Amino acid sequence: MNKHDEVYAVLKTVDDPELPSVSVYDLGMVHDVVLNEQEVNIKMVPTFAGCPALEFIEIKVKKAVEELSWVGSCHVQFTMEHQWSTDAITNKGKIELKKHGIAPPPENYHPGDKWMVNCPYCNSDYTSMENVFGPTACRSILYCSACKNPFEAMKPVVQPLNLNH
Amino acid sequence: MSKLIETAELAKQDATYLQALKELLFQLADDDLLIAFRGSEWLGLAPHVEEDVAYSSITQNTMGHAAMYYNLLEELGAGEADILAHGRKPEERRNGIYLEKRNGEGTYLDEPYYDWALAVVRNYFYETFKKIKLEAIATSSYKPLANVARKVLMEHPYHLAHWKLWMKQLGSSSEEAKKRIQDRINEAWAEFADVLELGSLANDMRSLNLVMIGEEEMKDKWLEEIQSVLVEIPVGPLGKKYGSGRNGEHTMDLEQALNTLAEVYNSDKTAAW
Repeated sequence: MNKHDEVYAVLKTVDDPELPSVSVYDLGMVHDVVLNEQEVNIKMVPTFAGCPALEFIEIKVKKAVEELSWVGSCHVQFTMEHQWSTDAITNKGKIELKKHGIAPPPENYHPGDKWMVNCPYCNSDYTSMENVFGPTACRSILYCSACKNPFEAMKPVVQPLNLNH
Repeated sequence: MSKLIETAELAKQDATYLQALKELLFQLADDDLLIAFRGSEWLGLAPHVEEDVAYSSITQNTMGHAAMYYNLLEELGAGEADILAHGRKPEERRNGIYLEKRNGEGTYLDEPYYDWALAVVRNYFYETFKKIKLEAIATSSYKPLANVARKVLMEHPYHLAHWKLWMKQLGSSSEEAKKRIQDRINEAWAEFADVLELGSLANDMRSLNLVMIGEEEMKDKWLEEIQSVLVEIPVGPLGKKYGSGRNGEHTMDLEQALNTLAEVYNSDKTAAW
């Protein structure tokens, strides 16, 4: 494994503080990794702007990467050059989310449309939206009428405009 | 000028550009900060628990939007983001005056007689405008600002949809609800105009392509959108009863907001967080 891959392997083990077992890599938050001898520079993409977990994520990533024996220092920078969207969540991320009772976001979502997802527990589509706003900015609260469980879903966010400079 | 300014360092090389850019950023930051502060005062007091979750989530996210603009200002050498949010005097603030208005009588520490009709009308009016302004800067000549606008635009549809739904539902509800909403609309009509303005550097902002449409067009778009939802449009033009927050004019309500918001900061300005 080259050094670049080693860093990525570490990033796959750093979990989102509010979504244990879902890594920042699988959430699609890692934009790129640049190595400069013993220095590692990581550009990350924030999920929701108002997310208070970003600072914790920065600290966790820095600490985890600096555990690698050859790393002298790791710098984490959040960039706005690229906008995170829920399409960036990996397939593994989606599986891990379900384990926590959180349905992955719907695919092919168009901003403004109503959306629905299947129950993460029983996969039924007999579900209803209870509150599009949930315990964190990125989640909504739903209910499954088939297995009678409340559950959460990642709120879909995608670029609403096709704006090119 | 159609040139794209990619970094803060480049923006700082042109004094006229820098000044107009900073002015625009203070408007965006202060608008979001003040409406988010008023939203935070509603925590635990919303009409029902689901609304409390929704409103506090929107408010937290809006505060995050304000923070991004203050960070852009910090990059431009305007000072530290936290100090820009907490430490600036009322006359240095650029938010629209209607956004600083108290939620009602009393305070949440004692007896909060807040008015939900004001919360609904204010947030609907503001979020409708915010979308228009964001779209006008999503292709701004200042790339770091355009990036932030695109980010905010991805989250904003949820905020706007929420308040639009409240407007529509209360607008077709009981006679009391309709009257209370209409009273707040009439009140807002006399006070909202400066929110729609870009202030004394409006021409520079437009000619430097910091905004891609001017304030007149923003206002027309806002009116068009509002008219599609409101049951009854007040007669007469929009007013700015207390002056223009874009020029640093404000009411005592802003002072009250800043004193509360910055109480901890003011108690020890050198404390490490």
